[in-house]
Amino acid sequence: MSAIGSVAESARCAGIAARRADFPALQQQVHGKPLAYLDSAASAQRPQVVIDAMVAHERRNHANVHRGVHQLSQRSTDAYEGAREKVSRYINASGSDEIIFTRGTTESINLVASSFGRMRLGPGDEVLVTWMEHHSNIVPWQMICEQTGARLVAAPITDTGELDQEAFHRLLCDRTRIVAVVHVSNALGTINPVGEIIEAAHGVGAAVLLDGAQATPHMRIDVQALDCDFYAFSGHKAFGPTGTGVLYGKRALLDAMPPYQGGGEMIRTVTFEKTTYNTLPCKYEAGTQNITGAVGLGAAIDYLSGIDFAELARHEADLLEYATERLLQLPGIRLIGTAAAKAGVISFTLGDIHAHDLGTIVDMEGVAIRTGHHCAMPVMEHFGVPATARASFALYSDRSDVDQLVVGLNRAAELFL
Amino acid sequence: MNELQELYREVILDHNRQPRNFGELENADRVVEGVNPLCGDRMKLYVNLDGERVSDIRFTGAGCAISVASSSLMTEKAKGNSVGELRSLFDRVHEMLTGDGTGGGPDLEEMDKLAALSGVRAYPTRVKCATLAWHALIGAISGSQDRISTE
Repeated sequence: MSAIGSVAESARCAGIAARRADFPALQQQVHGKPLAYLDSAASAQRPQVVIDAMVAHERRNHANVHRGVHQLSQRSTDAYEGAREKVSRYINASGSDEIIFTRGTTESINLVASSFGRMRLGPGDEVLVTWMEHHSNIVPWQMICEQTGARLVAAPITDTGELDQEAFHRLLCDRTRIVAVVHVSNALGTINPVGEIIEAAHGVGAAVLLDGAQATPHMRIDVQALDCDFYAFSGHKAFGPTGTGVLYGKRALLDAMPPYQGGGEMIRTVTFEKTTYNTLPCKYEAGTQNITGAVGLGAAIDYLSGIDFAELARHEADLLEYATERLLQLPGIRLIGTAAAKAGVISFTLGDIHAHDLGTIVDMEGVAIRTGHHCAMPVMEHFGVPATARASFALYSDRSDVDQLVVGLNRAAELFL
Repeated sequence: MNELQELYREVILDHNRQPRNFGELENADRVVEGVNPLCGDRMKLYVNLDGERVSDIRFTGAGCAISVASSSLMTEKAKGNSVGELRSLFDRVHEMLTGDGTGGGPDLEEMDKLAALSGVRAYPTRVKCATLAWHALIGAISGSQDRISTE
């Protein structure tokens, strides 16, 4: 490598490596070992700037939004609507009225299933999902299908954990009204070919919802380029606070859909005979919202806006390759999910050691991983395992985290195998 | 003894590797299913009663080492005991696994091999793995038809 190349190389690495220092929770020891936080797919840690933004709002600006004429209410409203504006620009919505704040991805999907599903579905209609969905992109559709007489159809996955595209295209038909697909699988890491899925679904007149919970922390989302009808994601997986989430929806659809919940804020006029509803986005935000959470989410979006996603993709691909290599050296390892296009998630089993025993043992090495069915029981069923251990990465993860995991897994093997 | 060996004692590892009384019991008097929804641990307990006494007991299922070993140890201990004795044993085991020790706790010597399970007390997230089999036992001797759940 040339001298110039190696300088550029180290500068590039320092860019992302320096991000680790932004996250105070990572600067601690667990069981006497440095914390190796490999559970970001369950919930990411927050950078100091997000914590600071929320504290500042709580200390000085808190009041209810859209209600008062006083100074604090104005500041609070500006902060809340400012956060919406940031989200809108970040995911390239055509306007901030297409951004609905929710409690998280789960509520975003429930909103669409309940409201759009009620409007669009009837007996004989179909909702098409995949076998790799999180329970939150299965159960709301099951519920609305029961109410409307529609049918839930699941496209199978292959043994590498990729969508069986041939089967998907076979199942997509003129009965399909809604296609609800995960952008990046939480249990497998698989990145779905959402562009093709959306184009094909639109070809049969179906609307598409993407579950973007795992995609947003790893890649830049452009909803207009994707041309999806709905995009759902959570704040807490993208370095923001829990209890915050976003539903993006195309304006024409959000306008046509009936409200999701009734209450204050979502109305224009109320009499006992008739209520008229507020315009977007307030129509879908009944009751006092998580205002401080939205401020934190706005700060997380600012933080993400400062990330070089091309660099992040290289960093995560390098880490994934390193981790895959190191794990495959362990006797008895089985990787669950080996898709060609994969985000920073490694699901695995080690011999016949139960995932929970693995989780406890590596925790003693300061390593936090997720163990269990990952709210994706059909995925576990497909691979014939009751549970897996899952290490997941975020922009602050590095090779030392992986090394620590391998130490922990070796201890487990010594004890059990 | 390091912390891990305190949890995964030799008795636990042994009963996990070779669970005792593992398998179905045909035509059992009582069959109870126990699930731990958070972990996905799942076990089925088969009990034959001779009057008030457990004459035979077996289990099937899949789970972590703690839950398999606890089931195995439980069946070993339960066989031959009366329903009354087992209820009292359940209370002592429960105290051993979850108590804060202020009541003096059960006499670990008297608990015999079951004392090996006491290490889970330091791991609140794992206590349910150890108690599942015992809740299933109480369900079975009480004649419960319901699925036993730790949640």
